[in-house]
Amino acid sequence: MEVLAYQGLIGLSSAMYLWLISAGLTIIFGVLGVLNFAHGSLFMLGAYLGYTLYGVVGLPFGVAVLASMAAVALLGAAVERGLLRPLYGLDPSYQLLLTFGLVLFLDDLAKLVWGGVFRIPPIPPWLQGSVVLFGRPYPLYNAFLMATGALVGGGLWVLFDRTWWGRAVRATAADRDMAAALGIRTPGVFSSVFMLGSALAALGGALSTPVRPVAPGIGAAMIVQAFIITVIGGLGNLRGAFAGSLLVGVLSSYGTLWFPEFELFFVFAIMAAVLLVRPQGLFAR
Amino acid sequence: MLVVEGLVAGYGSSAVLHGVDFEVREGEVVALLGRNGAGKTTTLRAVMGLVKVRGGRVRFRDTELAGRAPFEVAHLGIAYVPDDRRIFPDLTVEENLLLARYASGRHGAWDLDRVYRLFPALRELRHLRGTQLSGGQQKMLAVGRALMSNPDLLLLDEPVEGLAPLVVRQLEQTLREIRQAGVTILLADQNLRFCRRVADRGYVLDKGAVQVGGPMEAIASDERTVRQYLAV
Repeated sequence: MEVLAYQGLIGLSSAMYLWLISAGLTIIFGVLGVLNFAHGSLFMLGAYLGYTLYGVVGLPFGVAVLASMAAVALLGAAVERGLLRPLYGLDPSYQLLLTFGLVLFLDDLAKLVWGGVFRIPPIPPWLQGSVVLFGRPYPLYNAFLMATGALVGGGLWVLFDRTWWGRAVRATAADRDMAAALGIRTPGVFSSVFMLGSALAALGGALSTPVRPVAPGIGAAMIVQAFIITVIGGLGNLRGAFAGSLLVGVLSSYGTLWFPEFELFFVFAIMAAVLLVRPQGLFAR
Repeated sequence: MLVVEGLVAGYGSSAVLHGVDFEVREGEVVALLGRNGAGKTTTLRAVMGLVKVRGGRVRFRDTELAGRAPFEVAHLGIAYVPDDRRIFPDLTVEENLLLARYASGRHGAWDLDRVYRLFPALRELRHLRGTQLSGGQQKMLAVGRALMSNPDLLLLDEPVEGLAPLVVRQLEQTLREIRQAGVTILLADQNLRFCRRVADRGYVLDKGAVQVGGPMEAIASDERTVRQYLAV
């Protein structure tokens, strides 16, 4: 029984950084209609920047994380304005080609800057150590991840449900022509949403390195998981992404406990099971 | 106030409007008449910037509207009520209204209270989501939402389409009140009787161009025009 509960907690913490990356992916898809293949690569960049700013430069941990988010958000804004915007009127396959090209570009850029080896930043002293849960030591850092994920979830809920910016975003997502006719600056909405999604990916990346080392190519692995989660939850649906992250995080944690050799298989199995019952995803309208 | 000259516009590679000319003066109610497919909706959408203007001029006061984004047109003081209402489904009635005020940045005499006085039914429904309203209620909300941006010019597409006769009567009264509040109205509708009661002047569109224009009474009483362009 303790083993089950403990493994569930481990799964919850990995669910939380899955949530950070799939939240951004699903927000961007829901509002812009763009499936951003490079979202995993933004996660990777966030991880590298977090590693460099904290582990190498020696900035305070919180500052390093926030700076990584800001830098990746700016990169996201540049990508949206400079590269994606000319493609909105065209066939969606151009967006896929572009963002897939970005994956390759950012991977090579990372290799150039950080080399091909794994990088692991130290965990800040105040997050080291563990608490005893169910008779076993539970890493404090995992508890921190859970708290951050919950905080981001609450923050996003307030942002989208309780602010005028959020209502304008929801209106734009539902009907961009009518939103623009009401005076909403839809190009600005697109840019800010893309920046927000990019910053969330970077947050996930910057926080994940101590538990999952960063190397070129992890972007591709992450985008597959995040994509599966958003499909499970219903594409473009934030609550769905949260539920999907929990489902995938916790169930694959149990999966690896009993059948460690099938880790990635579990993720696909969960998706197949959900899609058999609800092809539109858990929370799609 | 609004002067449209030689307006050419359309979707994809086909032009719907082949040179539309008309004007709307401050304080007027002007009707665009014509059968389905004559180009009424496209004209309104082109003024709003929702359809690309390919030729001609669209001047609003001293500003050329052609080539402007819809949100710029909205900020200049033009509001649009589409024929299919387009209420935001996951916002409440009140959020739909307040969003228009927030987005336009135009604060004036029209606020929640005044819109609720114009449409008392909306006050009762204010916490419902857009999708929970009937068609007629959505129409009221679409008009109220447009007014919340304190427009100088209101574009109304098919305001009475699908409404029961009693509701049409109410809408006529509502439009008079909106007009008395100083809002100029350009509406597109094929209901000649309705247009006759609310509009000062009219333009009859057919095949993407204005065929006849003049005082509403003259249009409505000209049997040839009615038979040729309006009778169904």
